[in-house]
Amino acid sequence: MAQDSIQLDSQGRLKHFLTTEHLPRSLLTAILDNAERFTVVGDRAVKKVPLLRGKTVVNLFFEPSTRTRTTFELAAKRLSADVMNLNIEASAAKKGESLADTLRTLEAMQTDMFVVRHHESGAPEFIARQVGPEVSVINAGDGRHAHPTQAMLDMFTIRRYKRDFTQLKVAIVGDVAHSRVARSEIHALKTLGVPEIRVVGPKTLLPRGIEALGVDVHHSLETGLAGVDVVMMLRLQQERMQSALLPSGHEYFHTFGLTPARLKRAKPDAIVMHPGPINRGVEIDSAVADGKQSVILQQVTHGIAVRMAVMSMAMGTAAQAS
Amino acid sequence: MKITISGGRVIDPVNQRDEVVDVFIDGDTIIGLGRTPAGFKPARVIDATGAIVCPGFTEVGARLREPGAEHKATIVSELEAAAASGFTTVCCMPDTNPVIDTPAVVELVNQRARGVRGARVRCIGALTQDLGGSVLAEMAALKDIGCVGVANAGHALRDSNVLKNALAYAATLDMTVFLDAEDPWLAAQGCMHEGAVSTRLGLPGIPAAAELIGLGRDLVLLEDSGARAHFRTLTCGRSIKYVNNARKTGLEVSASVGISHLVLTDEDITRFDGLFHVRPPLRTRRDRARLIRGLAEGQVEVLSAHHEPHDADAKAGPFGATAPGISTFDSFLPSMLQLVEAGHLDLMRAIDAAAVQPARVIGNASASLGVDALADICIFSPGELWTLSADTMMSSGKNTPLLGRSMKGRVLATLVGGRIVFERKA
Repeated sequence: MAQDSIQLDSQGRLKHFLTTEHLPRSLLTAILDNAERFTVVGDRAVKKVPLLRGKTVVNLFFEPSTRTRTTFELAAKRLSADVMNLNIEASAAKKGESLADTLRTLEAMQTDMFVVRHHESGAPEFIARQVGPEVSVINAGDGRHAHPTQAMLDMFTIRRYKRDFTQLKVAIVGDVAHSRVARSEIHALKTLGVPEIRVVGPKTLLPRGIEALGVDVHHSLETGLAGVDVVMMLRLQQERMQSALLPSGHEYFHTFGLTPARLKRAKPDAIVMHPGPINRGVEIDSAVADGKQSVILQQVTHGIAVRMAVMSMAMGTAAQAS
Repeated sequence: MKITISGGRVIDPVNQRDEVVDVFIDGDTIIGLGRTPAGFKPARVIDATGAIVCPGFTEVGARLREPGAEHKATIVSELEAAAASGFTTVCCMPDTNPVIDTPAVVELVNQRARGVRGARVRCIGALTQDLGGSVLAEMAALKDIGCVGVANAGHALRDSNVLKNALAYAATLDMTVFLDAEDPWLAAQGCMHEGAVSTRLGLPGIPAAAELIGLGRDLVLLEDSGARAHFRTLTCGRSIKYVNNARKTGLEVSASVGISHLVLTDEDITRFDGLFHVRPPLRTRRDRARLIRGLAEGQVEVLSAHHEPHDADAKAGPFGATAPGISTFDSFLPSMLQLVEAGHLDLMRAIDAAAVQPARVIGNASASLGVDALADICIFSPGELWTLSADTMMSSGKNTPLLGRSMKGRVLATLVGGRIVFERKA
């Protein structure tokens, strides 16, 4: 589709990373392979490689974030880039400056890469269409649309534990309706060849027409988890726990919380993932979050390597294929 | 001035005429067709050979942006654009700044329009003061100054009791109420149709239920009050059944569909392009097919432009952050002809829906090309090819997703009350 060519340059190389949708499998695999090479950087005494030396990366966050911004910042610094963090939520946008004007100002500072988080779906794509041809845009989460680096670090984690995507059953559990992570995970899992993807949650948290993305819909954990290799939990936002969508965090835990007993439905070697931060006793029982099937902390570690891979590929300093 | 329009194919739905015949105009009136009236010496002859001559179009609810948002468009710019697009009458929605809720603002609009070489403007007044939804506007005064109806113009009336009373009061004054059927709670967070596409894009949706519930409530209250109402820009296929049933029970209701909703669907929103952002939203292919059939069969009377010009900044942003609305005057005729060419409706009915029915809705009994009719006329070339671009558009608002597309059909000349207000230079 024409609209997706914006992510790739004329040679099919990654230019912007806005969504996992419509990217070829070879490119997603290349991200994972590059990330594999970068994982060793973090173990060295000097945790730096010179791939982005002399480049300026601007973390442009229109929405508060500590974890994602920190891992992007670390990834850029380990690539030897100069990093600038801009918390727009607290500055220009509040003064009524338009997104287009903010961008013009920042571009005038000769930025090479924008890492963007924005509350509006499509904002990074809008920015990618505005910036000059030498500038790359990495989506660090937009509205309910996409969070592609989170999805790729999840893919990285799955591959570490499960090797072959084409044999897997994966369940995504929770608030799919408001989740950009879930959408990006679904597209990536599809492209990497996962034959069975399930979404599990109450009808208020599964969006209309989600089947069109190629997933099976389950409204009970008992059926949804049966025989799966991977359980991907989603965070339930505080403001949704007691709202018109759900009566209480307590009832949610009672019906859709991941407990050791429910996890038994999955394969014995199933892994449990969560993008964090977790709500213990709401979407997940501490015994599961801290249990031996949990790979939640490994996800965080992988996040830096995956972001290094994506940033260096978009800047043309890492391999585009395996 | 005496004018002859010669050699054109006259299509006149009111008189069911479709033939090549000359039209003779004296002053503001059509005085004859066919044979030249005795002693008629035209000061101007418009050669309409190969063109279609039809009653001028009427728009039942456009945004002209003046007063208050002149950086988007002005009364002059949009009335000129309307005339260049075949419209002879444009109704202006009351959500200006200040709101059209007093005779003074109506006077201001009329003042600005005076002397314009363009379509004539008619005001739709506010239903409630400042469109606030709590205190009734001075509807009698608005009627006296010439408002063709009242509306709350996209500001949903949350309080059903206020709507009930507003309808009853409008019925007392025999005024038409223009309604936007939308439940404010279901529509609150949304910016596009709720369905598979909004789910994929992660854009908050407006479910079809928002329109159906709004429509259902309004129809029940109309039954109660006996008011005459026009539903603006229905977008859901199922809405047609609701309106049909209401008509069968004797309610005086009419409805329109927007031209954008007949040529585009939610599936066209692929790149978060704010130019596709419109309220009510573009719906599904299935809805579009049902709306077109409803229009062809007359269950929906009116084809509306739903013209909403914006400045470039209003559309410069991610989809949900852009202002809703599409500038439609310039592409209206080609889009309409596209539906005709696709075989969805015949040309006679299309002209009926764009010219005759909307005129009826605002109380002009007849928009015809019969003898003694007011000479509000559109002359267009059905086959002329051109490209819609910021340069070829007359409207100040260049906000349309059809930019760059090839258009077939173009207005050659427009007469308002016998006066040539637009003529395309060869």
